[in-house]
Amino acid sequence: MSKIAKGTWVEIERVLLKPEERAPNLPEETRRCPYLLHISGFLQEDAAIGDTVKVRSLIGHEHTGVLKVVNPSYAHSFGPTVPELLRIGRRDNQ
Amino acid sequence: MSAPNRDMSYAAVMARKNEIMKASMGMDYNDFIQSPIAFDYERMMRETGYSIEDVARIQAESKVGNTPLFELRNLTEAVRSFAGPGKGARIMVKDEAANASGSFKARRASISAFEARKKGYKGVATATSGNYGAAVASQAAMRSLKCIVLQEVFDSRGVGQPEIVEKSRACEAYGAEVQRLSVGPELFYQLLMTLETTGYFNASLYTPFGIKGVETLGVEVAEQVRKYCGKDPDAVVITNAGGGNLTGTARGLIAAGCKTRIVACSVDLGGLHMASDTDFNRKSFTTGHTGFGVPFATWPDRVDVPRNAARSLRYMDEYQLVTQGEVFYVTELLTKLEGLERGPAGNTSLTAAVTLARQMDRDQIVVVQETEYTGAGKHHNRQLSFARENGIEVRVGDPRENVPGKVIVIPERLEQVRGMSQDMDKLRMSYLRNASKAHPVAQWSDGDFAFLAADLKEDLAWVKAAAGKL
Repeated sequence: MSKIAKGTWVEIERVLLKPEERAPNLPEETRRCPYLLHISGFLQEDAAIGDTVKVRSLIGHEHTGVLKVVNPSYAHSFGPTVPELLRIGRRDNQ
Repeated sequence: MSAPNRDMSYAAVMARKNEIMKASMGMDYNDFIQSPIAFDYERMMRETGYSIEDVARIQAESKVGNTPLFELRNLTEAVRSFAGPGKGARIMVKDEAANASGSFKARRASISAFEARKKGYKGVATATSGNYGAAVASQAAMRSLKCIVLQEVFDSRGVGQPEIVEKSRACEAYGAEVQRLSVGPELFYQLLMTLETTGYFNASLYTPFGIKGVETLGVEVAEQVRKYCGKDPDAVVITNAGGGNLTGTARGLIAAGCKTRIVACSVDLGGLHMASDTDFNRKSFTTGHTGFGVPFATWPDRVDVPRNAARSLRYMDEYQLVTQGEVFYVTELLTKLEGLERGPAGNTSLTAAVTLARQMDRDQIVVVQETEYTGAGKHHNRQLSFARENGIEVRVGDPRENVPGKVIVIPERLEQVRGMSQDMDKLRMSYLRNASKAHPVAQWSDGDFAFLAADLKEDLAWVKAAAGKL
């Protein structure tokens, strides 16, 4: 596994609560999942994916977790066209 | 961040709630609490120390407020084409997307950020998956404060709701630390831990500061409609979730001496569980829906502060429900007819305004008091395509066939946008049942009854009769 250099922008994951530690009165499908935190920050030491690492967030706070993603990015979009919207308010069918 | 020597288990952190809240807001709610249900609401609002003029001044220096009011002439004409003779009120919209960070939430965040700075906090923290996170991050940037936003973003498959993913991006763009969390109400637990370990200010949506910030919106609506039309609006429609938008706007309208009908509106998500990992990505609206609107109206004090300053039934005259498909239709129509592309959640109240305008006279005025920005993730095309990817049927037809979490029906024609009125007395009774769980009816004092009457916008006799039926 290749090393990821200290200072790289990465995303880590930490289990905040195991299923048995979670809040009471949760629906079953939620209760059986761990409560997870994902957070991005600058890697504090060289590491590999899957290592437990420390990162510093954009405001300089240190967080610990398992290294999951290198250079986490936003890929959300406008999505595939929904043809049902194209018929609304058109001037050719009014 | 960590705080050594403290028990960080769920139960232990929740048990320290009051102590953490007090330290994180520099205000003690015990000063106002009178009983398990009653508290001195008006004194609490007054003692924030901010007048409406102060709020307006603070907002002007942080790129908030004085947003334009537009008349939607083409949409009004479209409603008049099928409304009965003499019907079809003028529809106006307050373009709140013009605030820094793109929504009315900047009004709420502005006073919290100012207060945090004034009291010497190094940063602010907030737990919200909506526009409010971006608003706090933006205001914190202007006040040179560090900012942490906690968001419920992804389900156990790791799939994020596109609208919330966009909010994560926006918060990071403004320089905030974003803690992205899986589905669950433990967001509040993580907020308490964060407040305790950082010593930051709690920029909750439900503090008096958060509500005082919205009062300017009501004042502006009154002043702009008077200037433009020479009279008061007949109805103001307000999207309702946690109740702050409605409470603040209504208080501002009252402060301006404006007599108008206050209409709440939410997207109907009946049947979907808000804490369900599997229902999470079957919702095409992340706020402005009944999953927040109804529980918060019928018991406001379920929030991240000891007493909620957002109390919607105190000001509400009427509560309209609309379907997801109706809002998406009206959002597209606003773009095509009015040349105004705005986010769907902010158009919830616009959808109800279509229904109201149709029932109201032509010389009457209905005001939609907000819009929000749109873009990747938030856009109605993305919400509909995402619904499809999650197994929701999307089709064109009669919106009455809409089933939350299963079928989204986009109306064929504007005429089919009809909404649905909720029974206000049923909501008030539900509130009283919740109050009786917090404090048994047999122990309600005269002060409790007076508080409940004010909180329900009803007279004492109504509350006493209703309490007898519990």
